Amino acid sequence: MYKIAKENLAALFQLIAGSRELYLPVKVSGQVNFRAWSEDAEVDLDTLKTVKSPKDAFFPQSEDLYTCRKDGKKLTVEPEALKEQDFVVFGMKACDVKGVEVLDKVFLADPVDSFYAARREHGTIVAMACHEPEETCFCKVFGADCAEPVADVAVWMTGEELYWKSLTEKGDALTKSAESLLAEADAEDEKKVEEEKASIRGIVEKLPYSNLSLEGWNGEALNEKFNSELWEELYKPCLACGTCTFVCPTCQCYDIKDYDTGHGIKRYRCWDSCMYSDFTMMAHGNNRTSQMQRFRQRFMHKLVYFPANNDGMYSCVGCGRCVEKCPASLNIVKVIKSFQNQGGDK
Amino acid sequence: MQELINRAKELLADGTVARVLGWKAGDLPYNPEPAYFEKEEDFENFVYNGFCGANLSKYMIEASKLEGKTLVCLKPCDTYSFNQLIKEHRVDREKAYIIGVGCKGKLDIEKIKGMGIKGIESISGAEITDGADTLTIQTLYGEKTCSYADAMLERCHVCKGKEHKIYDELIGESKETKDAERFDSVAAIEAMSPEEKFAFFQKELSKCIRCNACRNVCPACSCRKCVFDSNKFDSSQKANVDSFEEKMFHIIRAFHVAGRCTDCGECSRVCPQGIPLHLFNRKFIKDINEFYGEYQAGEDTDSRGPLTDFTFDDVEPGIVAERG
Amino acid sequence: MSECTCHKNYTLDTLIPQVGVITDIRQETPDVKTFRVNAPEGGKLFEHMPGQCAMVCAPGISEGMFSITSSPTNKEFQEFSIKKCGVLTDYLHSLEVGDEITVRGPYGNHFPVETELKGKNLLFIAGGIGLAPLRSVINYVLDNRENYGTVDILYGSRSADDLVQLKEIQEVWMKTEGVNVYLTIDREQEGWDGHVGFVPNYLKEVGFTTDKTALVCGPPIMIKFVLAALQEMGFSKEQVYTTLELRMKCGVGKCGRCNIGSKYVCKDGPVFRCDEIDELPNEY
Repeated sequence: MYKIAKENLAALFQLIAGSRELYLPVKVSGQVNFRAWSEDAEVDLDTLKTVKSPKDAFFPQSEDLYTCRKDGKKLTVEPEALKEQDFVVFGMKACDVKGVEVLDKVFLADPVDSFYAARREHGTIVAMACHEPEETCFCKVFGADCAEPVADVAVWMTGEELYWKSLTEKGDALTKSAESLLAEADAEDEKKVEEEKASIRGIVEKLPYSNLSLEGWNGEALNEKFNSELWEELYKPCLACGTCTFVCPTCQCYDIKDYDTGHGIKRYRCWDSCMYSDFTMMAHGNNRTSQMQRFRQRFMHKLVYFPANNDGMYSCVGCGRCVEKCPASLNIVKVIKSFQNQGGDK
Repeated sequence: MQELINRAKELLADGTVARVLGWKAGDLPYNPEPAYFEKEEDFENFVYNGFCGANLSKYMIEASKLEGKTLVCLKPCDTYSFNQLIKEHRVDREKAYIIGVGCKGKLDIEKIKGMGIKGIESISGAEITDGADTLTIQTLYGEKTCSYADAMLERCHVCKGKEHKIYDELIGESKETKDAERFDSVAAIEAMSPEEKFAFFQKELSKCIRCNACRNVCPACSCRKCVFDSNKFDSSQKANVDSFEEKMFHIIRAFHVAGRCTDCGECSRVCPQGIPLHLFNRKFIKDINEFYGEYQAGEDTDSRGPLTDFTFDDVEPGIVAERG
Repeated sequence: MSECTCHKNYTLDTLIPQVGVITDIRQETPDVKTFRVNAPEGGKLFEHMPGQCAMVCAPGISEGMFSITSSPTNKEFQEFSIKKCGVLTDYLHSLEVGDEITVRGPYGNHFPVETELKGKNLLFIAGGIGLAPLRSVINYVLDNRENYGTVDILYGSRSADDLVQLKEIQEVWMKTEGVNVYLTIDREQEGWDGHVGFVPNYLKEVGFTTDKTALVCGPPIMIKFVLAALQEMGFSKEQVYTTLELRMKCGVGKCGRCNIGSKYVCKDGPVFRCDEIDELPNEY
């Protein structure tokens, strides 16, 4: 394990950015999101959650796939280059890292999405322990340990120091490149990190959602859940916006579109939302015509369909962003609890 | 709140209304959700407190299509939206039983969290009947306090007044919360150089994630199908492919609601990225006031809006050129 | 170019299309054309199995998933029968021989011609443009005749003018030994001396024996009544295959829109055995 004084972090970022692209939480007009580091960026490592999850780093909100040019009747297709530049995402949280694991299940499944795979290959994740978890957090429910994130490098910020522990080969490479600013940690430091972990875990136990039960959400009883009358109640306040899906670290639905640049047609893909009415619209109709159906799809997918296809892994990591951001105060916790209560009544 | 619940139950029981549209307590101290109550026992979770900021007028568009009357709880500022929706034939007055509920300013959880208050376990002082000026917040990291006013939504600082513009009955006291001038923030932007203005909006709008929350919550955005959802419209819709698209979406939207926007502030309240979207709308309102005389959308249900009316006193189009 | 070799394990991304040139266009009916597509340098764009689909794209216009109507046994080209019913298909219908489009695929599963269907007596039931995916199977079966039992084809359309591939039906299928073709149209029409009536009713009238495996494709309402008719006739759900159609974009089970239950129609479908469909939530 290594350490670096917090006051030297700016120098560390500068050093890392010298050899790689660096993405980290940056505050712009009061909101913190993952952005590319620059010398004048206002880096904010204290805000627990960025508004958007860092999934952009691997699955950007919109990205070009290829350009199609027309010359008379002839068409040519020029694919976009895959990511070739190494980059670092600094400050992801345990839930965010778990979110990437969920995305991996989708994009690295056969046939591999090469745009995503290239980013995964070139990206190094530095995950940060959550110094002060918040009431909207429930990553424990989905098996993440925010006291000890598992990534290429794990870091802890406590007191005046940042502690740095490489966990993979990629992490070792990054550590080596930052060696000049990192000092070896001693036994005393190890103890401090252990104390920090214990403190975080202590707080997690006290979080209101930490004991949320996922009993019954095992990818089975699919039709029973699907046909439940609860959906009709649950969806009602939903405004049909895409906030939950766009801040979510695991939502991966996308749209594919063309854009005529005037000198070639750009084919790009962008995040889409199953909450949008045009998501399933076809020339001859729509198989989900009501918001109730769309709302149900989102949660059935996260809690039933995804686990059924992925050995029980849920497509929710308990980051709590939907809890914080839904304009109508709906969220996955309310859905899980409603079903739990209904089960209890029986 | 109890008076409100009692009255709502009464109106349900005697068949005056078929359902009640209010707020249901959430599982955190600050996340009540808009909800329908149809049975006596549903009211167990009914809540009306400082966190009930949602403007229920928009929900009345759908509720107007339901069988029977819907009792809707509207705060003074929500009633402007309701009036405007009547004027636009989007809601049915006959399908609504409006209880004008008292308001002492609504709270913004983002502001509270912005003060560094986190790990919230409970909040006291947010009750509507409470005269307290201070919120006491129990957190996992100790007890915190903040003043009610500091935690209020921006819109409450420029409150349009405590008078309900339309109602069947009133329950609860309202409090004057205005402590700032509504158009000061617009004037501050007007005073900027074109470059500064551009930089300001560029920075704010670059945060947009095209979630459409602002549009979907907006009572003035009541089109059945939004032009931005059309696949025949050459825009990138969901993708923030470039800064032009973001600006286009918000500016078109602002133009579309100009003269109809009541300045209810819901757009800014729900924006997950904290973009002060109301500034666009408020700029239009300020201009309309200057060009056509003072006008407040939603003040009544029958007057003609300045942009859908013509008088010989109207400004000439050349004013735009003169203003630069 | 770059020296980076770390992507050598990836094939060209499945979202990147190939350019295809239209080498023949047949007007099948007033609103259906069959397009023959080749690689610009000649030959087929890719190999596929009967029932599989491909994304056909008119750059800048739109893109859509169409079943490949030609059989894999055709070694020269692929064909798509496309009905004019929207922005994309309107545009495709305006194209001429020599025009280029882009195609990516093949996507999805296929009728199990090499496994479950082998050695079986086959009953094909199609309505309108629904013949397109089945035609691929039919020609595959006819080209590997020794591997299958009897072949019955029941095909119906709104009118005689709306029957697609009529030339092939009359000149090839009807003349092949051991193949019975039953044609029907919805309403009486001058010059038509064949059967008149809806597909499900005709199916019951003919009264096929249940020693067959049925492959059904057509408009959703026809499928619904055909499945009911088959059940009535004593066919079990395991004996019936059909196809589902939902909105698709990526074709590889990632973009999410054709997700239904734990299936992605573009990847796990479009071909489903009817007992599998029963397990899906009722949302198709």
